[in-house]
Amino acid sequence: MNLFDIMGPIMVGPSSSHTAGAARIGRVARSLLGEEPVEAELLLHGSFASTGKGHGTHQALIAGLLGLTPDDPRLPDSFRLAEERGLRFSFDTCSLRDAHPNSVLIRATGKTGRHMEMGGASLGGGRVRVFEVDGMECTFSGELPTLVIHNTDRPGCVSHVTIILASTGVNVATLQLNRGSRGGQAVMVIECDKAVPTNVVEEIRALPGIQRVTSYIPEGQEETV
Amino acid sequence: MIDFQSIEQMLQDTAEQGLSLWENIQSSDCHQQGISREASWQKMSGLLEAMVQADAGYCEDDRSNSGLTGGDGGRMTRYGRESGDNSLCGAFFSEVIAGALRMGECNACMKRIVAAPTAGACGVLPAVLLPCKRRFGLSDEALVQALYIASGFGMVIAERACIAGAEGGCQAEIGSAAAMAAPALVFLQGGTPEQMAHACAMAMKNLLGLVCDPVGGLVEVPCVKRNVIGAMDALSAAQMALAGIESRVPPDQVLDAMRRVGQSLPPSLRETGRGGLAVTPFGQKYKPESIAGA
Repeated sequence: MNLFDIMGPIMVGPSSSHTAGAARIGRVARSLLGEEPVEAELLLHGSFASTGKGHGTHQALIAGLLGLTPDDPRLPDSFRLAEERGLRFSFDTCSLRDAHPNSVLIRATGKTGRHMEMGGASLGGGRVRVFEVDGMECTFSGELPTLVIHNTDRPGCVSHVTIILASTGVNVATLQLNRGSRGGQAVMVIECDKAVPTNVVEEIRALPGIQRVTSYIPEGQEETV
Repeated sequence: MIDFQSIEQMLQDTAEQGLSLWENIQSSDCHQQGISREASWQKMSGLLEAMVQADAGYCEDDRSNSGLTGGDGGRMTRYGRESGDNSLCGAFFSEVIAGALRMGECNACMKRIVAAPTAGACGVLPAVLLPCKRRFGLSDEALVQALYIASGFGMVIAERACIAGAEGGCQAEIGSAAAMAAPALVFLQGGTPEQMAHACAMAMKNLLGLVCDPVGGLVEVPCVKRNVIGAMDALSAAQMALAGIESRVPPDQVLDAMRRVGQSLPPSLRETGRGGLAVTPFGQKYKPESIAGA
């Protein structure tokens, strides 16, 4: 915790959890998709489903998907903005097992047809947690620069990635590994102490066995790349 | 180096370092975050600027999504201007009340605000700081320093107790905002760090036990108007501290009491919309279809 967790953030109201946090979840989803979204299905769980409307949760989630930050004054107008940018979206409610009360499942399709599913929870004070990516459990906060890497489950993938990070001086804060089945699809989530430079992301992308690399950079940390 | 675990330790460390309190709060945080003092100052200045802009952006015609909120800030602003010092509370207090309402309404109407410490309590600090700036001709620099003072006390509150309504009730939101604003006001009036600590303690004591019972689970009723009581509480606590009045219960013990009170509050009075004003016949009309965890 630091002083600016107490004073701030600057945000569009009314709720740090239901509005600012929702916008951040949307923004993480956009980043994981890695391209302009054209279609999105959002399933609201718990308090997001029951009190979301009065808190502008829906507008905030769409604003985030469009890349707006939680302090962007256009946030309440995000539905109109989505229409302008060609993003079709729909909302429904859902009941997730063992999920945080402020949770949402986002399924998004990008302009080249890429598809992504992400589960995110808003923990209060604008802090969020991603708990699922493409059907695989994981957990990261979006407070640190994060790499989400889809790879084939085979020996050496993790070490190839971490060697590249080490050689460029990027310190790994947390590392998680999950796989669907042995030798099948796996997801690596790496939270780093500083943003991973674009050329390094490209280098990782070119490694054998790596299918997709998504680099999430928290708002305000973009200039460190 | 302040570890923000206690007010007493924060003051003692500052005295030993021979720094002013706001400087020690700033440098301790910079050290922990690994950022420069310039970067920190720039960020804090940005928050002050955002508060000023938010207040200037108030629109009397705005209404919240639920329709529960809007227009009262404008009503109060006009009444204060027209009645001046002839009204019950006088021009200065009218300005404070109006400022708190305007900011609370801005938040409910999805305008851009500064959470301090939360979005629901965003009106308290600007409501006292901005009228003081006008009345006493204070510089922006002094106000930014006051925000460091407020944040430092807020850090201790968060470390020792909590600043979320869902955890500690409204005392954790409006109570914390008041307990942050009171020492900031003492600072702006040239008071000592000890007076700031007592102002913090008295402001918190006066709102101890305040429940979080929002109608419909929304940050509107009673949240908007509770920003007013938070601002008035901060001013009166600061005024008492400046007069040399002390909190009989030591400041850190007040925060410990606040934590225990928060833990003792039933969940129905901790931001669930299932108790207090939320379950009045009026409140029931705004009841969400289902409440999380119910």
